[in-house]
Amino acid sequence: MIILYRTLKYAAILLWSAFVLAPFMWALTTSFKTSNGVTSGPTYLPWLQYEPSIEGWRSLFRSDGSGIDIVGPYASSLVVTLCSSAISLVLGTLAAYGLSRFTYRAGFIRNADITFFFISQRIMPPVVLAIPFFLMLQFFGLLDSELGLIVVYIALLMPIAVWVMVDFFNNIPRELDETAMLDGCSPLETFWRVILPNSKPGLVVAGLFCIIFGWSDFFFAFTLTFTNTQLLPVAVVALNSSVTPWWSLSAAALISVAPLIVVAFVLERFLSRGNLAGAIK
Amino acid sequence: MTTHRAKWLFLLPGLTVLVAIILFPLLFTIRVSFSGWDVSQPGLDWIGGANYARLWEDLRFWQAMARLALLTLASVTLEFVLGLALALLLWREVRAQRFFRVLFLVPMMTTPVIMSVIWRTFFHESLGPANDLAQLLGFAPQAWLTNGATAIVSIVIVEVWQWTSFMFLLLLAGLLSLPREPFLAAAIDGAGPIRTFLRVTFPMLAPISIGALMIRLIEASKLMETVYAMTSGGPGTATETPSYYIFIRGLREFQIGYAASHSLVYLIIMIVALTLIAKFLARAMLPKDKTA
Repeated sequence: MIILYRTLKYAAILLWSAFVLAPFMWALTTSFKTSNGVTSGPTYLPWLQYEPSIEGWRSLFRSDGSGIDIVGPYASSLVVTLCSSAISLVLGTLAAYGLSRFTYRAGFIRNADITFFFISQRIMPPVVLAIPFFLMLQFFGLLDSELGLIVVYIALLMPIAVWVMVDFFNNIPRELDETAMLDGCSPLETFWRVILPNSKPGLVVAGLFCIIFGWSDFFFAFTLTFTNTQLLPVAVVALNSSVTPWWSLSAAALISVAPLIVVAFVLERFLSRGNLAGAIK
Repeated sequence: MTTHRAKWLFLLPGLTVLVAIILFPLLFTIRVSFSGWDVSQPGLDWIGGANYARLWEDLRFWQAMARLALLTLASVTLEFVLGLALALLLWREVRAQRFFRVLFLVPMMTTPVIMSVIWRTFFHESLGPANDLAQLLGFAPQAWLTNGATAIVSIVIVEVWQWTSFMFLLLLAGLLSLPREPFLAAAIDGAGPIRTFLRVTFPMLAPISIGALMIRLIEASKLMETVYAMTSGGPGTATETPSYYIFIRGLREFQIGYAASHSLVYLIIMIVALTLIAKFLARAMLPKDKTA
């Protein structure tokens, strides 16, 4: 009975692992193919089934017609994601601390309503906002610029920071604040000296979530930028046509999703130390 | 009082920035939905509720809504069941536990639209491995992305691949935060693993389960990038979601006014539906009052 259970357990784990790895392995093997390897039907093993070549990877660093220059979009994606995540995290954490510790009242609006207002921004599908954002950025001359995307992404990411941090602060005992206040700290000092140093797990998780969703956005980058600024997802999807060689496409896709794999390691560390429980709930 | 002033210092910067960014788009969408703004007549004229009347008869929109309901419920349910199963598997001692935990987290880190591009090659009828795999398992080869029904299935598979990891993350974090005492009590009572799960684990996990389900329902309802990259809504309109349909109307055909009315109707339906689902989940999953 126990042996059967253990066998099933590991079979399930390995099966899911294979499913998770499948698209990566497929893209990896495709990225080393040439047109022979692609057009002769699905092949998997280099040398045995097709002659591997690094043409796909080379084409990522050529800006003439035969390749796509991925360095520019990479840098743009980094700048936009990191700036918007940082700003969202700062503003979101401040707002979340306020919402967790003080009572706000404006007419019929209470704390819960304000928190809901923040989080409800996530319900809005990007397509609803795309046209007004287009006109807005055009008005301010920010269309097709990194700054314009950063502004838009703040609206996208701040709700995530608020959502994670409100719950996190609610789990930090209020006695901590009260002790600090009794010692003569002002609210701002209490927040800066006592609460923030105790909030590392929450801040890390909130920041990582902002980075994941910022890095992953396609639609706003797709509709609000054209030639001057190009983010990674847009650059890769531009290759998504029948004429694009699959090898360039696969190499570009793999190199675009690679950096965030690190995030999985960081989150796992927090998870296994038991720090994450308070941060996401 | 300084406290009184200070509390606004926390809230206002974030709130002001968000309202400043979001207010114009929202008001503009409401106003433009009452106009006939399109490619031939751009501008904010007033045509009353004509867009809404036209939308009421637009079968393509309502089909997209029904399709979204099906897609969302199917994929989120699968994600929850699989995510919970995986979290339970990697909760207690397992060989190479940390390796598998990292691996199972990876899909949510990857950019959905980029993975969809890879999946499109994966599901290619003759050049991708999907049909090799199908034949290996004894199925007939399928026209994965060019047949209406299998295209829907393919999109669900991709969604489940991408987002089960998110459920896994939240539910495993939840499991790891549970207190030990109730499990000891259950063990002393002689409850088996299934009874323990039904009576102890699942009820204690209910609040985080509801949170995870709601977040995924919200995010899944916006589904469009996967559709855009994999099938472009096709074959025909077989995989169109409301977001994708609004995209076609607004940004391809430039029927800005008409698309805005879609957006608002869609938003209202979403808010009502999500509120009802949240209420339903709370009633179905939260432990009943002990004294009752």
